[in-house]
Order: sequence, then C-alpha cells, then structure tokens
Amino acid sequence: MATPLKRARGLGAAHAGTETFWRQRVTAIANIPLVIFLILSILCHIGASYAEVKAYLAQPIVAVLMLALIISSAIHIRIGLKEIIDDYVHSEGCKIVAIIATTFFAGIVGIASTLAILKIAIGS
Amino acid sequence: MSNKLEAERPLSPHLQIYRPMLTMMMSIAHRISGASLAVGFALLTWWLVAISMGPEAYACVAGFFGSLIGRALLFAFTWALIHHMLGGIRHLIWDTGAGLDRTSIEVFAWATIIGSIILTILIWVVDYTIMGAS
Repeated sequence: MATPLKRARGLGAAHAGTETFWRQRVTAIANIPLVIFLILSILCHIGASYAEVKAYLAQPIVAVLMLALIISSAIHIRIGLKEIIDDYVHSEGCKIVAIIATTFFAGIVGIASTLAILKIAIGS
Repeated sequence: MSNKLEAERPLSPHLQIYRPMLTMMMSIAHRISGASLAVGFALLTWWLVAISMGPEAYACVAGFFGSLIGRALLFAFTWALIHHMLGGIRHLIWDTGAGLDRTSIEVFAWATIIGSIILTILIWVVDYTIMGAS
C-alpha cells in the first residue's frame, strides 16, 4: 500500500526511486552541447601539431567544457552499460563481475582524462 | 532451487520470435552505439593522456589517428556520437509523453538513421574541404 507520503517521494519498498533515470536524462541533456563541442574539437585538430593541440586544450573554456564532457559521459556510460548488463547477463556471478568491471572502466577512464586535462590546463 | 518452476512456467517469447521491426532495430542500435561510445571514450582518454605526457606520446597517437584505420575509427566514432545523440533526443521527447504514436515512432526512427548518416558525411566533407586532406 502506498501512503501519500510514499507516493510523493516516489519511493517503494526498495527505498530508492528514480535517481538513476533522472541522472541518465540530466547527463544526456548536458551531453548534447558537449558532444557537439567534442566533434568540433576533433574535426578542427586532425593532423594538428602537438603545440596547437596543447594550446587549444589549455584554454580555460575548452578545459572546463572538456572536464564537463568527461564527468557527464563517465556517469552516462556507467548507467548505460549497467542497463545493458542488467538486461542481457543473466548469471548472477557474471552480472556482478561485469557491473564492477564497468564501474572501474568508467572510473579509471574518467579519472585519467580529468588528470590529463588538469595537467594540460594548469601544469607545466 | 527454482529450476523445476522455471521449466514449467509459461515463458514469454524472446527476441528471435519476433519479426524484426525498425523501431526494435533502432532500440538495439541505440545500445550498440552507446556501448561503442564507451570504447570511443577510452580512445579520447588515450588522446588526452598522450597530450598531457608530451610530444613523443602525442606523435604516437596522432600517427594512429592519421592512419587509415584511425581515420575510419574517427569516422565511426563521430557517426556513433551523432546517431546516439539523435536517438537520445528521441528518447527525451518520448519522456515528455509526446511522439509515442505509431506514425511518430516510425518518423523518428527514419529521422535518426538518415539524419545521422547525412550529418556525419556532411561534417567530414566540410572538414576535408576546409582543412584539406592533410
């Protein structure tokens, strides 16, 4: 039975609600302009020299957008891959291993990219 | 524990039972493009880390992306990005409750396929025209 308070909170017996659904939507919306920025960044720097690419990424606006893209994408990828695993990997053991691997992947790739951007923008 | 129950219970038909339909293919394509973009994300990381490491590491990455395989990967990456983005916008529209009728979902499906192919080819043609084939 759902009390009015329960219904208002949107939480059932699991004590968790639609956070993941919302997080996926919010990161999706953020990713629309950020991905357009990424595509333009890629297209403008094919065959570019090291100095050109580094100077481009070191600009504050570019670094901020790149960081936003990385964080938003890492979260979005983690949720999306978990959804695929939830649907198609049926053995409990494999599912847990796959989800943990996915989480580590998104985490490591996200952290490494973040560190790289910070180093380019701030360091040396 | 529940093996016996599972065997006797009527099971709902699985994927291979249904006739392939465009909207179903688009759902699968959205997942495939999404999973591929996870790989693309790793490539982006490689590019960024190499730039942060210095000219030698960057030369290695630039050499890879300048090769035929690298360029094909970049083309596929941009297509996956655009396809997944258009497919995602479709989902965001559906989240509002709009566009769920039979005509709209077909139109959205075709718009995603044709739109993503045209946009991808267009940006690369424009890019090669402006930047040259260097």
